[in-house]
Amino acid sequence: MTTSEDNLGFLNINSGLYKTRISTGFKNRKAYKPADPKLILSFIPGTIIEILVKVGQSVKKGDDLMILDAMKMKNRLKCSMDGKVKKITVENGTRVPKGIVLIELE
Amino acid sequence: MADNKKLRELKEKREKLLLGGGEQAIEKQKAMGKRTARERIMGLLDKNSFSEYDLFVEHDARDFDMDKKSLPSDGVIIGTGTIYGAPIAIFAQDFTVAGGSLGLMHSRKITKIMDHALKMRIPLIGINDSGGARIQEGVNSLAGYGEIFFRNTISSGVIPQISVILGPCAGGAVYSPALTDFVFVVDNISKMFITGPEVIKTVLGEEISMEDLGGARVHSEVTGNAHFFAHSEDECFEQIKKLITFIPWHNGKKARAFDAAEPDKKFNISKIIPEDPTMPYDVKDVIRAIVDNSDFFEIMELYAKNIVIGFGRMGGKTTGFVANQPLEMAGVLDVDSSDKAARFIRYCDSFNIPIITLVDLPGYLPGVDQEHAGVIRHGAKLLYAYSEATVPKLTVILRKAYGGGYIAMSSRHLRADFVFAWPSAEIAVMGPEGAANIIFRKEIMSAADPDQMRKQKVEEYKIKFANPYVAASRGYVDAVIDPADTRKFLLHGIEISEYKDVPMPAKKHGLPPF
Repeated sequence: MTTSEDNLGFLNINSGLYKTRISTGFKNRKAYKPADPKLILSFIPGTIIEILVKVGQSVKKGDDLMILDAMKMKNRLKCSMDGKVKKITVENGTRVPKGIVLIELE
Repeated sequence: MADNKKLRELKEKREKLLLGGGEQAIEKQKAMGKRTARERIMGLLDKNSFSEYDLFVEHDARDFDMDKKSLPSDGVIIGTGTIYGAPIAIFAQDFTVAGGSLGLMHSRKITKIMDHALKMRIPLIGINDSGGARIQEGVNSLAGYGEIFFRNTISSGVIPQISVILGPCAGGAVYSPALTDFVFVVDNISKMFITGPEVIKTVLGEEISMEDLGGARVHSEVTGNAHFFAHSEDECFEQIKKLITFIPWHNGKKARAFDAAEPDKKFNISKIIPEDPTMPYDVKDVIRAIVDNSDFFEIMELYAKNIVIGFGRMGGKTTGFVANQPLEMAGVLDVDSSDKAARFIRYCDSFNIPIITLVDLPGYLPGVDQEHAGVIRHGAKLLYAYSEATVPKLTVILRKAYGGGYIAMSSRHLRADFVFAWPSAEIAVMGPEGAANIIFRKEIMSAADPDQMRKQKVEEYKIKFANPYVAASRGYVDAVIDPADTRKFLLHGIEISEYKDVPMPAKKHGLPPF
């Protein structure tokens, strides 16, 4: 007997439009974005302990770009494409969360 | 006894030990809004039913000055007793003794009572309130956890195992509750996590409170680690006692039967469901219109609300209910709801509890997040659990049963024993709108007024396929019934399935997609 009209929205399932409560998880879901090879992201939270490239430097796919110290491991961040380093957003010692841009390539 | 001196000595020793960590520590415990371990056991078990063992156990750790420290009963109370007359093995960690930390003897006490429970085939209740491993005891403490996890696993599906989180339960310690059947949590008291806020802050620089990271609400709403949420320890104990009335002592037995009782007349089963299949209603009202006394005991009420699971009684016998909930996310199946229902079905199957499934769902939730979260693998759990279950399986299709959702929800094809459908049932490969768009694509596209044509084709499809009679003509549905007769059909079905026996091919174990 809780079918009060509050909080009800509509959900489209296979072209059917259903009146129902929409969960917060569904409301807050993030739109999918395909990975951009130009952006090197932190894949794990940690600390940048060494930057191995400079802005303007030419780099090849597979090159080591920087070392991210996380979970007692020194993780080498690899280059995702052939190109040039356009921008480095962190310095030695920067603590980074997961999923932020560390390097932009061009 | 002739020697009163010795008796006095026993009394004195006991009295000292019964205080656990002492009055000061008890005061601290109370200041946190928590009861003592002993009070908890007394609050849970029938009056005067508790027999305690290992009161005099002591640790024999030597390192880090541990040889100078006395820890009464090594920080955990174990024993046996009854709840409403049902035998129970129980342990309760005593936070007043070294923060309930787990050392070797502490763990040996727990494994002793676990071994008893398995041998005697009686339910086990563990009350967790512990800071974690007793670091001073090093690897012995880790060994203790491992011994507990092993027994949890071996006992799984043989005796009911219940975990009650009444304090911190952190690090490796969380895995004992995670391996048990039901986890009870209390708001502001329960805290469960693998790595706490401190570690997260030091390592990752992220700040979060204990409550937001692993409080009772988080585990009830977000993670699905907890099955029952309570606002107080008292409420929690009432929930546990109620659960005990619904489950058997072990897997060789059935749950205690109660006197049959009719549902409350205020739940009029013929008037709950709106005719329009896109309109919501609360499926719990349908369950209440079916079960004895309209008493439905819901499990995981706050998690994946688009599916409802729980116990009720049919003619006095414990029955498990699984129902799509059109009121929440249209009752779709998704990663979390599949996971929630599959585990419950396996619980019922392990403990000889018949399953009634109420079906009304539009299908699976579409979305990248669902696909990437593994809805294939998680959704498969539901198919696996239903197919594997050999307890009586009764299904009522209330309204929509479309596509894969129809198959997954205890269909005939997964060997449901009885499949009933209401006249409002729509058993079809998909909803009329979607189906018409595909089947009549050409007609719709080439029509002068495509919208008008689409409407017409949807109507055509509805009349032809959105009903229970196509499936009934194939025998996939055993009977199309008047909603008012639902309880009658289900009671009869359960009654005649009492001695259901389905031989399964010999195997070591299957490989459910977990």
